[in-house]
Amino acid sequence: MQKCVIELKNIEKRFGPVVANDGINLQINRGEILCLLGENGSGKTTLMNMLSGIYQPDGGEIYADGKPVAIRSPKDAFDLNIGMIHQHYHLVDVFTAAQNIVLLDEDGKMDMSAVNSRVSEICSKYGFDIDPKMKVYDMSVSQKQTVEIVKILYRGAEILILDEPTAVLTPQETDKLFAVLRNMKKDNKAIILITHKLAEVMDVSDKVAILRKGKYVGTVITRESDPQKLTDMMVGRTVSLNINRPEYQNPQDKLIVEGLTCLNYEGVKKLDNVSFTAKTGEILGVAGIAGSGQKELLESITGLYPVKAGSVRFINEDKSETELVGKTPGEIRKIGVGMGFVPEDRLGMGLVGSMGMTNNMMLRSWRKGKGIFFNRKNPEKLARKIWDDLEVVTPSTTFPVRRMSGGNIQKVLVGREIASNPPVLLTAYAVRGLDINTSYAIYNLLTDQKMKGAAVMYIGEELDVLLELCDRILVLCGGKVSGIVDARNTTKEEIGFMMTSVGGIKGGDRK
Amino acid sequence: MNTNLKMPLIRLAKRDSLKPSVVWAIRIASVVLALLLGMIPIIMAGKNPFVSYGIMIEGALSKPGYIRQTVKRAIPLLGTALAIAPCFKMKFWNIGAEGQITFGAIISSAIAIYLGKSLPSFPLLVLMAVAGAIGGGIWAFIPGYFKAKYNTNETLFTLMMNYIAIGIVRWLQGGPWEGRKGTQMIPMFPDAARLPNVLGIYCGWIIILVLVVIIHVYMNFTKHGYEVAVIGDSENTARYAGMNVGWIMMRTMFLSGAICGIVGWMLVSGANGTLNSDVAGGVGFTAITVAWLSQLNSFAMVVIAAMLAVIGKGSATLQTKLSVPASVADIISGVLLFCMLGCEFFINYKIILRGKSDKEVQ
Repeated sequence: MQKCVIELKNIEKRFGPVVANDGINLQINRGEILCLLGENGSGKTTLMNMLSGIYQPDGGEIYADGKPVAIRSPKDAFDLNIGMIHQHYHLVDVFTAAQNIVLLDEDGKMDMSAVNSRVSEICSKYGFDIDPKMKVYDMSVSQKQTVEIVKILYRGAEILILDEPTAVLTPQETDKLFAVLRNMKKDNKAIILITHKLAEVMDVSDKVAILRKGKYVGTVITRESDPQKLTDMMVGRTVSLNINRPEYQNPQDKLIVEGLTCLNYEGVKKLDNVSFTAKTGEILGVAGIAGSGQKELLESITGLYPVKAGSVRFINEDKSETELVGKTPGEIRKIGVGMGFVPEDRLGMGLVGSMGMTNNMMLRSWRKGKGIFFNRKNPEKLARKIWDDLEVVTPSTTFPVRRMSGGNIQKVLVGREIASNPPVLLTAYAVRGLDINTSYAIYNLLTDQKMKGAAVMYIGEELDVLLELCDRILVLCGGKVSGIVDARNTTKEEIGFMMTSVGGIKGGDRK
Repeated sequence: MNTNLKMPLIRLAKRDSLKPSVVWAIRIASVVLALLLGMIPIIMAGKNPFVSYGIMIEGALSKPGYIRQTVKRAIPLLGTALAIAPCFKMKFWNIGAEGQITFGAIISSAIAIYLGKSLPSFPLLVLMAVAGAIGGGIWAFIPGYFKAKYNTNETLFTLMMNYIAIGIVRWLQGGPWEGRKGTQMIPMFPDAARLPNVLGIYCGWIIILVLVVIIHVYMNFTKHGYEVAVIGDSENTARYAGMNVGWIMMRTMFLSGAICGIVGWMLVSGANGTLNSDVAGGVGFTAITVAWLSQLNSFAMVVIAAMLAVIGKGSATLQTKLSVPASVADIISGVLLFCMLGCEFFINYKIILRGKSDKEVQ
């Protein structure tokens, strides 16, 4: 049996003017874990989507077992035993694990007991932990991911592509996943792991292929490399991994949240008795597994999410308190409570994608002034200032922000939100999808605001960043506050445990 | 690229923004294609296509009288397109312009019928206009309210409201407002309730042209217009910016319906001189095409509405002069619209055939 199963030569892919992939070469071998490393937007997912038949390459060749092939559809990919686990899962909620797995079967017959035993067999072979009879809606994110992987294996995949599988997992779940991947490698499967987390690359992979801005940089053997070298290859130059964290003198309470409880439209508790205080001159980090109530927390503070119980009090300059619960965002603005909010969904909530920078600035000021006409002069001035100060790349202030790159979109949004130096600044995943340079620019902007005396809240995904950027970290777990820790005196592991169980290690739920 | 391999025959790729000259070339090409395709039904009907097209143009534009007829067709079309533009900008699919025109016309007619003999002309006409606007506004406000409060489907709701309004006219025609018993017709309004002519056409055209400017300003320079545009892009962004989405929806629907109501007033007071159940006559639907083709730009609407009016008047002439069946004329206008709408696809996407990828890349 040949070792190399799939070879990509000179692959090219364009989306309109955007070159997503250019001259990519890749060798995928049996019994090997290959990491595809690159910053967000470097073309990793695009490349793998071509391998799994979702996109067609615009140029280059794909060889399977040495023969040239064209992968026109996901079905062609399956026929070549290629299976991909996407970032967003494709599961039927009301079906059991086993039912979801056999969805892929074509022969129409369904002998569930045979399926169940086959699924159990795959699970025990590789060390998966899943009950075939469990319904998907009862599953945690990591269990859903397991179902996706088993589904692909059940179908007989030899080549597995996993797109950022650890983004939604706790450190403990990640370790479990990696153990499974190592078992699969022993079974002579070829595994491609898309990621941008260096620690994971070093931990699990045999080889690393690096992409930068759509171009192929090179492939290195993991044990002959180190994180610094890989970072250099990934970003093209040496970057410092230190985030500046000055200390603010004499922080004061600014926002007091007490017993905040929210239900979603199905009546499920998204926030459960959340209490904390945000202080001036402080970045309060919020950590938690995706969907632990982060989004609801910020939206309920800003009046966008219905609150069931509890209170959110804003401390005014003269120490008087203003209750925010029960007010709409418009009313909060009207009574003069200054709150900047960088929401998670930039184009769906923070900005208007079809409008240019100027009109987006107006989202915060359109009501100002008398009469029926709006004032475009000041927003235009602000747009030009942000354009210059934050080095936004755009042809003009009327160019639709939707067509800007992710980093520039975020600069426009953050720039607008900090423009008025709000005493409270709430940010959700402010650096998601941004390259390292822009991420640091954003960190610096937040730190500047903190030093100007703002109470900043930062919901983040990467624990390393939270530990270096924030002063305190609030950990959410299933809508409850699992604990609030001093970011200077804690560890990733401690936060990891708090993310999975309320109270963390002290809660006694350590496995 | 290895062309022996079976790539898919056709692939689509999103284009970069094209030069305006190319965009217009594509649009003109689509009209030419439409004219060529339109020849097929004419030939099948046994007529000479070139002569037929000549007759269409002649019938719409060759004499002042014909032009007046064409303009008369364009007025309600343009007015209604202006009316629905704010709704469509808000992505509120108001396809109930037909009903809003009709209901506005009903209320307006009520004023003409009950007060037509006792009031002088000018105040009567103003009162009719205001009544029409309120009537149309209320008819549109109802689905707006239910959408804002209960998130009902506005498309179905506004559509159903059309049939109710038309049903009310049918009832009035045969009942309380019937003229001579058995005619099923409402008598002509008294002269005081008729819009005066300017340049041989009822003066509604002046009102509509003023509206073109007003709507343009409203959509582009007012706080209301900004709110509407933000909601159209994302309701969540609007809420984030502190807008009261439900209120803005109801307000915009009322405004849209009010303009439809004014169109209804002009139709009964200017064009027809009375009310009948066919008062809107499909204008509410054709106006959607006008609004769409002009991409909600009010000045472009003038051009598109004029063009559709020319096609409409032209095919009517074709019907009488060459005794071509009405359906052939309809097919021609249908093909024309189809090509014009379809060409937007080619402006946004390019098609790559198998084996041509190398050429396309360069």
